[in-house]
Amino acid sequence: MNSLLNSSRPPLYCPGCSHDRMTKVLDHALQNLGISGHQVSIVSDIGCNGQFDTFFNTHALHGLHGRALTYATGIRLARPELNVVVTMGDGGMGIGGAHFNAACRRNLDLTLLVLNNFNFGMTGGQYSATTPSDATVGTGFLNHLEPPLNICDMARSTGATFVKRISAYHENLTETIEAAITHKGMSVLDIWGICTGRYTKKNSITPNTIAAQIDDMKGPEGIIPENARPEYGKAYRKAAAEMPPTFQLKKIPKCFDFSDPHRKEIILLGNAGQRVLTAGELLCYAGMSAGLLVTKKDEYNITVLRGPSISEVIISPDEIEYTGIKNPSVIIAIAQEGVDRRLELLKKLTSDTLLICGTDLKIPTTSARVKQIDFKQLKIKSTDRALAAIAVMTKFQTGITNKMLQYALETRFKGNILKASLDIVSRMNEKN
Amino acid sequence: MTGRKKSVSRSLLDGNEAIALGAFEAGCQFYAGYPITPATTIFNTMMGLLPPEGGICIQCEDEIASIGTCLGASMAGKKVMTATSGPGLSLYSENISFAIGGEIPIVIVIVQRLGPSTGIATRGADSDIQFIRWGCTGGLPVITLAPSSISDCYSLTMQAFNLAEKYRCPVFIATNKEIGMTKESVALDLIEKPAIINRRRPENKTGYQPFAVSNPDQVPDFLPIGDETLVRQNSLVHGPDGYITTDPDVISEYQKRLKRKVESHVDEFTYYDEIAEVSADTLLITYGISARAAKEAQGRLSSLNQPVSLLVLKTLWPVPENLIRTKAKPYRHIITIEMNLGQYHQEIERLLPGKQVDLICQLDGSLISPETIIKEVINE
Repeated sequence: MNSLLNSSRPPLYCPGCSHDRMTKVLDHALQNLGISGHQVSIVSDIGCNGQFDTFFNTHALHGLHGRALTYATGIRLARPELNVVVTMGDGGMGIGGAHFNAACRRNLDLTLLVLNNFNFGMTGGQYSATTPSDATVGTGFLNHLEPPLNICDMARSTGATFVKRISAYHENLTETIEAAITHKGMSVLDIWGICTGRYTKKNSITPNTIAAQIDDMKGPEGIIPENARPEYGKAYRKAAAEMPPTFQLKKIPKCFDFSDPHRKEIILLGNAGQRVLTAGELLCYAGMSAGLLVTKKDEYNITVLRGPSISEVIISPDEIEYTGIKNPSVIIAIAQEGVDRRLELLKKLTSDTLLICGTDLKIPTTSARVKQIDFKQLKIKSTDRALAAIAVMTKFQTGITNKMLQYALETRFKGNILKASLDIVSRMNEKN
Repeated sequence: MTGRKKSVSRSLLDGNEAIALGAFEAGCQFYAGYPITPATTIFNTMMGLLPPEGGICIQCEDEIASIGTCLGASMAGKKVMTATSGPGLSLYSENISFAIGGEIPIVIVIVQRLGPSTGIATRGADSDIQFIRWGCTGGLPVITLAPSSISDCYSLTMQAFNLAEKYRCPVFIATNKEIGMTKESVALDLIEKPAIINRRRPENKTGYQPFAVSNPDQVPDFLPIGDETLVRQNSLVHGPDGYITTDPDVISEYQKRLKRKVESHVDEFTYYDEIAEVSADTLLITYGISARAAKEAQGRLSSLNQPVSLLVLKTLWPVPENLIRTKAKPYRHIITIEMNLGQYHQEIERLLPGKQVDLICQLDGSLISPETIIKEVINE
């Protein structure tokens, strides 16, 4: 194989910088694996490692600080046949920590080479996530207050399947990089090197001290048996192939004639968990089954099973523009929290409005026509109140008939839920 | 369209679902997102649509990763989309400028909610309209389309993909909780669909340079990372070969081209609706969900014998200056209507010196009502 190094753009690292030898080692590893330039993409991060992409005749992407793993993830998911090698510094480990964790947990087939030289070389020797606490760097005492990040421990604990700490001067570095690239899954190599431009000025670090320290730390030696699992891309494609389409577009034809050609505005006032929004949807389907146009605008808080839940439905033979409601034809009130949100509106109602409400609610004095429902006496659960109330609504001249509601239920639900819903509707029809 | 109400089947969709369906129809093969109200149902819908069809839909660790992953996949040749709301848009920022500078096609949906900051998750607003335009480094233009209905969500998303492919730039869909999470009956089959556009590949790959421009449209030909021919992508200011440059001439041409390639084509993607009343002296200019109240107000004012005209903008960025100047010409009085404190209003004002340009705005989590607009017009 020919070298993949770009002869017209030779590395421009400081004399003695270990990054310089890393370019040659990576080139040898790629050559030994028989990988051509178009079969690999180098994704480089920011800092001195960020020039790696320019030194190679390969596909290349150089992006923003700490984000290299995110771009690499997109490339690899889109092109499972491509080798993706990410270079990142210890700076990138800090700013991109969340992406590092996610990439290790995912176990997509990426090779991450952390060119760890213990400081921000390019910007002036500030401390990084891996600067030893006793080192002297350009940021005063700050690094003395924080222990350095153990990249291999982090990689192992977050699920990387190949992890090793190794010196940039190690005689087996080429083979180790080859093993990392060949490994099917997330590979992390924490490669310790020397920054002659900044770090060695006040810290004594040599290939020998690096080797001794790495030996002393006794880190993982490549494959992490307890993390072994299928590569993410492969697992994704398998799961996707077995997944049934979950989004089915329902198309509602016109099945009924609407008895009343006027626009209807219906407000449901309940609380979260009462299936208020679903009831709104049923009203929409009912209207659509008569060939009418509908809108449904909902209002609720971010809380899930607490707080008010309001659905505003408009059913109209004409185009609906404004989706808000000012003159409701029907208000269905099933919980106090919803009622309290619309007190001003309730006070202003006229006899044009039909108000269907639970007997246990405090409703302001109103001129609306009122139909009360004693849900407790009828043994209607809180979660069924909305459906029960719209079943009652079909008994009045609201345009929505019982048949339309049944059609809506059959469109929206299946099996036991449909059966239970139809039961509630028929019970309400009997009782009222 | 005659008889459509009787014979047509309709679906009940919210704006977010319609955007997902439009993206799928446009050929989106890759979606990465992070949950956020009120945009989450775009992700949910894409999760139902893409994987069974061989596409990829993933949830990332944050919004930075969502857009970053999309940019990687786009460079690998996929049509990509991500969606969020204001707080996520903040995190997209650095990668939006990468997409601009690296000319990476991507569709970004912003389902706006009331800000600032985390604001109110379940209340609508159009409070990020200027942020979408200016919210990243470099000051270069992006394209932004603004739907005002569920069917717009579908068709404009398809257009957004076409524009992203054609101009190799980020294209935003700017909606709002009041469209994204409002359901509406819509006949998808009746919506006119644009022909699908794919990014242009070089006719001859020999000597391919990823950012060299030979066509009058100023857009470089695209080859994906992973092609037989080597491709470079670079967030640094680069020359045609994709390598960093410090040559002032090359830098200057690069900057100007990124501006020109988008702004000089705006007339080709200026989408709008209008109702022109011959006897009116007032023109309402609006966009997004407020267009619907404005349309209702326009109709009611007409029957009150107080005719006003209406211009609904569906392309917001770059500002469709020719359209606005031309359409506003016959009118003495212009009223901008928007769900913020006048963000787009300043664009209208700057384009129409000599005219009385007023603003109807509201930023309280509720819709601007037709009554508010009617009152303003009548009191004038």
